[in-house]
Amino acid sequence: MKEFTGKVWVLGDDIDTDIIIPTEYLALPTIDDMKQYGFYPLRPELPGLIQEGDIIVAGKNFGCGSSREQAPEIIKALKVSCVIAKSYARIFFRNSINNGLLLIENDQIQDAVKEGDTLTVRVGEALVAGDKEYPIASLPDNLMEILNAGGLVRAMQRRNGILKED
Amino acid sequence: MGSTLIEKIIQHNTGIEKVTPGQIVTVDVDRVMIHDIFIPFAADKFKEMGFTKLWDPDKVVLIYDHMVPAAKVEDSRHFRIGDAFAAEQGMTHVHRTDGICHQLMTEMRYAKPGDIVFGTDSHTTTYGSVGCFSTGIGYTEMAGILGTGKLWIRVPETIRVVIDGKLPDNVMSKDIILRILGDLRADGATYRSLEFTGSAVKEMSVAARTTMSNMAVECGAKCGLFAPDEKTCEYSGVSMEEVSWLYGDEDAEYVKTLTYRAEDLVPVCACPSQVDNIKNISEVEGTPLDQVFIGSCTNGRLEDLATAAKILEGKKVAIRTIVTPASRQIYLDAVKAGYMSTLAKAGCIITTPGCGLCCGRSGGILTDGERVLATNNRNFLGRMGTNKVQIYLGSPASAAASAVTGRITMPEAAVRL
Amino acid sequence: MGMTIGEKIIARAAGVDQVKPGDIHTVTLDRMMSNDGTTHLTVDMYHNKLKHPRIADPEKVVFIMDHNVPADSAKTAAAHRKMRDFARENNIKLYEGQGVCHQIMMEDYVCPGELIFGADSHTTTYGALGAFGTGVGCTDFLYAMVTGQSWVMVPETIRFNLHGKLREGVYPRDLILTIIGDIGANGANYKIMEFAGDGEHAMSINDRFVLCNLTVEAGAKAGICEPDEKVVEYCREHGREVVHMFKSDEDAVYAAVYDYDLDKIEPVCVRPDFVDNFALLSDVKKEKVAIDEAFVGSCNNGRIDEMRQAAAVLKGRKVSPKVRMLIAPASQAVYLQALEEGLITIFMEAGAMVMNTNCSVCWGACQGVIGENEVLITTGTRNFKGRSGAPSSKVYMANAAVCAASAVAGYICGPEDL
Repeated sequence: MKEFTGKVWVLGDDIDTDIIIPTEYLALPTIDDMKQYGFYPLRPELPGLIQEGDIIVAGKNFGCGSSREQAPEIIKALKVSCVIAKSYARIFFRNSINNGLLLIENDQIQDAVKEGDTLTVRVGEALVAGDKEYPIASLPDNLMEILNAGGLVRAMQRRNGILKED
Repeated sequence: MGSTLIEKIIQHNTGIEKVTPGQIVTVDVDRVMIHDIFIPFAADKFKEMGFTKLWDPDKVVLIYDHMVPAAKVEDSRHFRIGDAFAAEQGMTHVHRTDGICHQLMTEMRYAKPGDIVFGTDSHTTTYGSVGCFSTGIGYTEMAGILGTGKLWIRVPETIRVVIDGKLPDNVMSKDIILRILGDLRADGATYRSLEFTGSAVKEMSVAARTTMSNMAVECGAKCGLFAPDEKTCEYSGVSMEEVSWLYGDEDAEYVKTLTYRAEDLVPVCACPSQVDNIKNISEVEGTPLDQVFIGSCTNGRLEDLATAAKILEGKKVAIRTIVTPASRQIYLDAVKAGYMSTLAKAGCIITTPGCGLCCGRSGGILTDGERVLATNNRNFLGRMGTNKVQIYLGSPASAAASAVTGRITMPEAAVRL
Repeated sequence: MGMTIGEKIIARAAGVDQVKPGDIHTVTLDRMMSNDGTTHLTVDMYHNKLKHPRIADPEKVVFIMDHNVPADSAKTAAAHRKMRDFARENNIKLYEGQGVCHQIMMEDYVCPGELIFGADSHTTTYGALGAFGTGVGCTDFLYAMVTGQSWVMVPETIRFNLHGKLREGVYPRDLILTIIGDIGANGANYKIMEFAGDGEHAMSINDRFVLCNLTVEAGAKAGICEPDEKVVEYCREHGREVVHMFKSDEDAVYAAVYDYDLDKIEPVCVRPDFVDNFALLSDVKKEKVAIDEAFVGSCNNGRIDEMRQAAAVLKGRKVSPKVRMLIAPASQAVYLQALEEGLITIFMEAGAMVMNTNCSVCWGACQGVIGENEVLITTGTRNFKGRSGAPSSKVYMANAAVCAASAVAGYICGPEDL
């Protein structure tokens, strides 16, 4: 079972894809060029502050809006370990799985943590904040397969027989 | 038990006799659409995945619209990558300067009733207006489809939206979908299918329906479907017999039904900065504006330009008013009908067809403290400039009426084509 | 001693009887125009540098937004807002998205004999109506706006006697590009280029716009066509009565006099990266230079005549899928006329993009920006390195018919090659 701990960044409801990465920066050549503009309209300072392994905790409808896959890619490039939200918009959800970004659905942790707290995630089992535990569900099998392969590209590489297994 | 419209399309595609919500099935994709912003990424992923040939070049449509005309030095790189990919893969359906992808997909009949279509843009839900199950995906999934022609989907639950009666003259389909978004909220239909029906829907043009399917995604919906009728068949070039199976059964299982009396509907707008922050125009009337935008895949069609032209005929706009037709054909039709002349005489800035201001890359960006009334689909923070721009979304009738006064204004009658 | 047209205009503006080259005079300006390229900077200086800011005569000041319209970024929008607010606060007439500044000035303001400052180099255009228009920087503009006056050093005049008529398929743009090629990009530095002769008088006002507009590319301070009845008629059509109409005296002194036989002029295709890098189309087209973009428009070539020239080529044809073609009518009046004549329909059916009326590709900042190593053929005013996009891109300059033909072929050629 995978377990990890990280520092929490708190965001609100309806964090849309234009907030995660504004259209203006989508034509930059690489995700690395774009990631400094993550959350720019809302919290421009975040990319500079987020550390490897940190956790984003947000409200409902996270990732609503456009299909831009740069949104989960940027969160991943900022080395966020997972996002925990009350709910996700569907394209963002698929894009995250396809890029190997772990999304966890939970609607209680928002009241239990504040920005700067640390939180432990036991994947598929529970969130641990202080001495309290909040159960979380596991993803459906077909999605876990993609996530476990490290994203859809690797899953397809395996299908096409070009994946060098680690 | 009967089936909803989305279930029938999935059943038709997969050959499964009866699908149920929550079931995961693999569908054969009828058509895909890739747009300019994401083609470099989709092409990269396609190669990275180990594919060398498209599953079917005829089923792939490439459309440049977000970056047309190129506003930055890097933009044309996307065109070059797209052109090279299309040439290498023998693709013939490439539109470089013909308008917005979602308009072209139904206008060019790439997306037809009963089809399953995926696109790299969230507003791919638009083709639901012709009874096509279409939805947005990311470029990695697109790359997977390009190689395999298949995609897994979760059969969605269906919310039925019934609109009966006769719409007031100044209410457009934009007002209806905004009202629905306000009632369902921005996540109210997440993963679900919306199915629009009722006598008011029957009266609507395909264009008016398209506005509603387009914005279905704004409440999280996977699609927003209309059962095809004679108007759809004429528009999409199919016969009524071919689409006779395409309707939601009365005894199908709907997770929810919303019912509206058309006579009760009024002009509304989405206030900053959420699409579900809906207020009646009467509540915000008089709010000073700096700019009006009429265009986008939501409301850049002929009927919308006709409405704007009728309201602006013989008048002058009080604030900068940008008109961006959704496609080349619409532009040509609007020239022919005299709308362009009327709009230009009124002082509108008429731009070349494309996404324009809606995607926030050019076409009328705003700055701190400015307010815009726009006919497009999103008013997210920072979507059209700085995070201190206030974006109101409304119908073309409301937009045109407000352009004349420079303030949010109750519209007069819209034009229905 | 006799005076040239330019000298007479300066003398009038200075309130003196006689001026001669080299004199410095204080002049009262008839009109001042500033566009969104620099107005925000002028406004900043107005607020920050002046002790008692005021505007001498707001009636004489015109602000025109045409370079980045509609706004392409929040930065542009902020600059526009500054300009808009300033115009409103100071009762300055503001045009927004109604056309290229010089075209609007010609349609709505310029009269022969006037002295006009514009905060844009192509203000030389106004010489087409027998006015002295010249480009200035923000500081000069600010001083002029605040005092209503400025100083000028009287330039020498170079006379161009034009004889005969351009052959079919040859346009004034070919003529002025030939002249610039002959005298060089600094060949008329600080001087007035004066056009006269039977060839000049035979030209339409539209044609004269094209000539005077590009004189700055030879370094000229002003380009002036000898005004005649056509000017009176143009002004009358646009609701203005002509007061002064200066012609050069028989004994006026010129720094140089050139004679051009118009029927000897051939279609030109200037090579990158200078306006005086002259070449004949007949030579360039042998190289079959592949292009990525073609542009018809700008203050040089965006009027109804050039719309017609492009339409004649594009009618019933398609732009090559390898080429993006942008066409920007220079003003709403031009757009409306082109609509009426069916030209807009021809452009759109051919697959060209009809742009809103603005500087567009010629300004190179927000519409049809060209990428790395791309090639543009344009009717714009300049082909400097990076002018229309990436520094590695290349810009060729030709007339509207050649640009349209090249767009159809996908490589540089003339209409006769289609």
